[in-house]
Amino acid sequence: MRLALLVAGFALRESLRRRVFLVVGLLTAAFLALYGLGTWQVFKETDEFDGVSTAGVEPEIVAGATLAGLAMFAILFLGTILAVFLTLGAVRGDAERGLLQPVLVRPVPRRTLLFGRWLGAAGVCAGYVVLVALAAFVITERLGGWWPDRTLGPLLSLAAGVAIIAALSLAGSVVLAATANGIAVFMLFGAGLTAGLLGQIAEALGSETLDDVARVASWILPFEALYQAGLGELTADTVGFTRLAIDLGPFGGAQSGGPELWAWAVLYVVLVGLAATAAFGRRDL
Amino acid sequence: MTPALEVRGLEKAYGSVRALRGVDLHVGPGELFGLLGPNGAGKSTLVKIACGLVRPSAGTAAVCGEPAGSPGAQRALGYLAELFRFPDWCSAEELLTLHQRLAGSAGGAAERAELLGLVELADVAGRRIGTMSKGMQQRLGIAQALVGSPRLLLLDEPTSALDPAGRRTVRELLEHLRERGVGVLLNSHLLSEIELVCDRVAIIDHGEVVAAGAPSELSRPGGVEVETNAGRRVFRDAGRDEAPRIVRDLVAAGEEVFGVRVLTSTLEDAYLEAVGR
Repeated sequence: MRLALLVAGFALRESLRRRVFLVVGLLTAAFLALYGLGTWQVFKETDEFDGVSTAGVEPEIVAGATLAGLAMFAILFLGTILAVFLTLGAVRGDAERGLLQPVLVRPVPRRTLLFGRWLGAAGVCAGYVVLVALAAFVITERLGGWWPDRTLGPLLSLAAGVAIIAALSLAGSVVLAATANGIAVFMLFGAGLTAGLLGQIAEALGSETLDDVARVASWILPFEALYQAGLGELTADTVGFTRLAIDLGPFGGAQSGGPELWAWAVLYVVLVGLAATAAFGRRDL
Repeated sequence: MTPALEVRGLEKAYGSVRALRGVDLHVGPGELFGLLGPNGAGKSTLVKIACGLVRPSAGTAAVCGEPAGSPGAQRALGYLAELFRFPDWCSAEELLTLHQRLAGSAGGAAERAELLGLVELADVAGRRIGTMSKGMQQRLGIAQALVGSPRLLLLDEPTSALDPAGRRTVRELLEHLRERGVGVLLNSHLLSEIELVCDRVAIIDHGEVVAAGAPSELSRPGGVEVETNAGRRVFRDAGRDEAPRIVRDLVAAGEEVFGVRVLTSTLEDAYLEAVGR
């Protein structure tokens, strides 16, 4: 564990020195400012519904849940970018540049190096998405007076989602060149989002086949299932026509994965880690 | 005494390409061993197997009695690759600190200062590696390889980017390591350098050892050259022991002798003969 922490710490120090976090921080501030502007405008227009019949639908809740859902989508995307760029060349890329060999001739098992790199990337990305999502929730509450029905669930689901993407990207870096790996992980991310949208369409159409396809795809790429579960937790206690209105929107229709999703997410990372370790162990450097 | 490096029947195939075909060699403690051979002969593959970076297809390699690639072997060796790179954002001091932690060295600041002093980089300890010349980075690479007082040092072309003064520094360093009992496997194309410092050499071609021994053993007698008032004469078949007789005969024949030189072939001659080029 000492060596894994050392590897993780060194990777983080590199990101600090290369001003990765400074750039990410500045762009995130810009994103939150934009989100704040949008939230302020949406709630201002929602206020105009006061006194107008909305057939039992509470506009503030629909607006707040939709905005928070949008924020979660954007934050998952930003966290994915961070996870991919922190790991995409961690093995093959670094080996081709001659950076990895001096480290691996030390008594550092390859699995420890992989674990350390994942720990560093997953820790940074998880912390990042939790902080930014929390900031988005605070903005929504301050400007619109709406707070998610559950707070911890959405935050944890985002954190686990980017940790899974970091694991996939790190595993890809064992066998793929950096550019190919980056493309592959972003395509997987896109495939996951598509599966989620398919699930929403399936629910609207009542198509069982489409729903099965979406469900299987989400479990093959559990970061998407976690994201959907997180969306579901935003409005876990909301019922009636308001709930129906949220479900009809682009960030509704989400389903909770239940405890088995979390167990599968942990197992998934372990399996990806084992596969990466096996491939790395066979690799000549 | 356990050899610093022992390689037996080592084979490595990359697909249909056989990089090593049953190599046997050993490097004793405190021995400077030179590895010679043309490009693609298998030298770097052999070194990488010893480091645990490449898995052999057959045969064994042991570092100080421990299987190559095992934690025990990794703790006993230091390595500088031919194509190496260090993080350009960190300083020499930070790089050595990282390697001390990875190697479990308790040497601390004293070890770092000693190593940077040995490679004449003490005055740039805090400088970013990215701003150092290639030669300075190569010297830093040697210092990095010495972290943790390894018992075997594997150096793959360690002087390729160094100027003559830098090469002399490395030569002196290698001789210092020999006195400390460190076994060194030196992979280099600079035959004169190998001839100057190495106790034994092996010449590898097409993945096989084609000649091995002390540099003097690989060199052959080249005759005796005598400079007289009649000009320079070479006695091709004569050896060192025959030089006095040759001089006596020439003087007896009325010639004036100004100089005598016993000729031997160089390591370069032996190398070119061994690899058939």
